[in-house]
Amino acid sequence: MKARKHLLGATLLTLMGAAAYAADAIGAVQKQPLNMTAIGMFFVFVVATMGITYWAASRTKSTADFYTAGGGITGFQNGLAIAGDYMSAATLLGLSAMTFSKGLDGFIYAIGFFVGWPVILFLMAERLRNLGKFTFADIASYRLDQGTIRSFAAFGSLTVVCFYLIVQMVGAGQLIKLLFGLDYTTAVIVVGVLMVIYVTFGGMIATTWVQIIKACLMLFGGTVLLFLALSQFGFSLETAAQKAVEVHKDGAKIMGPGSLLADPVNAVSLSLGLVFGTAGLPHIMMRFFTVPNAKEARKSVFVASGCIGYFFMVVCALGLMAIVIVGQNPEFFEGGNTAGKLIGGGNMPVMHLAKAVGGNLFLGFMSAVAFATILAVVSGLALAGASAIAHDIYARVLRKGSATETQEMRISKLATVALGVVAVLLGILFEKQNIAFLVGLTFGIAASTNFPILILSMYWKGLTTRGALLGGLVGLISAVTLVVLSKAVWVVVLGNAAPVFPYEQPALFSMPLAFFFTWLFSVTDSSARAKTDKAGFEDQYVRSQTGIGAAAASAH
Amino acid sequence: MSAEIYKKVRANPRFSELEGKRSRFAYLLSAIVLITYYAMMMLVAFAPEVMRTPVSAGSTLTIGVPIGAAIIIGSWLLTGWFVSRSNGEFDRLNNEIIQEATK
Repeated sequence: MKARKHLLGATLLTLMGAAAYAADAIGAVQKQPLNMTAIGMFFVFVVATMGITYWAASRTKSTADFYTAGGGITGFQNGLAIAGDYMSAATLLGLSAMTFSKGLDGFIYAIGFFVGWPVILFLMAERLRNLGKFTFADIASYRLDQGTIRSFAAFGSLTVVCFYLIVQMVGAGQLIKLLFGLDYTTAVIVVGVLMVIYVTFGGMIATTWVQIIKACLMLFGGTVLLFLALSQFGFSLETAAQKAVEVHKDGAKIMGPGSLLADPVNAVSLSLGLVFGTAGLPHIMMRFFTVPNAKEARKSVFVASGCIGYFFMVVCALGLMAIVIVGQNPEFFEGGNTAGKLIGGGNMPVMHLAKAVGGNLFLGFMSAVAFATILAVVSGLALAGASAIAHDIYARVLRKGSATETQEMRISKLATVALGVVAVLLGILFEKQNIAFLVGLTFGIAASTNFPILILSMYWKGLTTRGALLGGLVGLISAVTLVVLSKAVWVVVLGNAAPVFPYEQPALFSMPLAFFFTWLFSVTDSSARAKTDKAGFEDQYVRSQTGIGAAAASAH
Repeated sequence: MSAEIYKKVRANPRFSELEGKRSRFAYLLSAIVLITYYAMMMLVAFAPEVMRTPVSAGSTLTIGVPIGAAIIIGSWLLTGWFVSRSNGEFDRLNNEIIQEATK
């Protein structure tokens, strides 16, 4: 009973990262025997994406091609790519596992993930497109002091990218050990090497297409699995629910909200972190610069929301049906005891379901898709990190715009390789560590540092350089402090008895703090710089609304 | 070159009309999505028994399922409305304003 509770906590933490598959969730997994079907299918995926990278390399000539595919991705393609960032290993395994063990709670949780997208579209998509060129720092520092705010924003991006990369690397290693039966270190190195190849040679074009292919595979796999599983219940969700209630240990309770969401403050803080943290993730924001104009940017969110919404509903239905199909089958439990632990850990129901209804071949396919997912996400992250280093720090801050295209491209490729090496080393170093706190940090920092600066620079004339810097720092410090005081670090890592900060996500507290201090330090700022900052708003505003001047950013 | 154009656009009363309409529309839709979502969360937190009502007499599925699905599908349809109005009506107005300014 206790073990199960722990498992749930772990699932919850895993879920906090849209793409995070914390090692914690699978813990120290048993290496499974080599799964040749899965490895074979993954090999096909790698060959196909390498072909695309080769093609993309011939089209990646300028920095604009490298960072944003030259603005040549259509809204529909970009929508699929964004959906791909969302349909991660964590959502596939984590959300279905949550429905499997907790019923409706899993679905309610999924909705919290989802509602962020429409809001991002309504408030941000077109302004992001109209103002941005290559990076999030372009927007944050549009009218503020370049040296200060661009460095700070680039630093914020890099921090988020690095933490998230570690999470992904460790997740990849564990997942592959489990699904493919490969060695942890081998898996981490494979991910690192492929990521560097995609990004350095194919830039944003290859990264986007890897993500698009993966999104299609995921939608296809999920739909087939749904069809196969539903066919066992005469295509009636009601029948599936009836049977699930009969066999689940919590009985009819699983069809209503349960203990998981009993604490509304925690739930709200989590959803704030998810919604606004996503809006502050550099590799997601970057996607808005890959389309030619605001029109396509809007379309891409429509496509993305549709795919994400559909996928989440499918995944939750799969979790429900797994209660009957997997939960009753001793083959999937350690020692054949259906009251005990699932083989491979609590996040495995959907994988076992794939095997139960589709056989080994289908399991191999789903495993390959899960691996491809991680690969696609880390590539996007590496690209976002490389652009922060090469475009923001090197070309804009250090060289103050005097660097040539060739020089900037060289730095961005070197940065990608460096990020790859760092990611692999940290991935190996953190193998046995509990890294769930990194997910909290990633989203906490993105929501409390990147997001407030971004939204205020677009919406509030009064924002000044001093306000953005100090307010952003307050957000950063409070997010980090609260995560350290929360259970994930204070209890799990530092071994204290009880957390000082009782919630899992700091956003509910650190975000308002960041906003308040940004406001305070801005309105009390009477420097000459502040006058320039405010004077720049008019032009920025017109551009953000009309897109005048933005077209040049993507034309080449 | 842009600074001049930006001034011209700013001075155009139709620009105020566009930004007013578009912002109001965006705020309204955001409010609908967020209010619906947080209303559901309040039900979950303070009146969970409501979410446990069966869909119809004797059924196992509770209204939590269709409510959740309605929020996902409904907010997706709102994005569709937003995109079609922005890409049609608002973009037309936008293009006219840009043309007037760059004339």
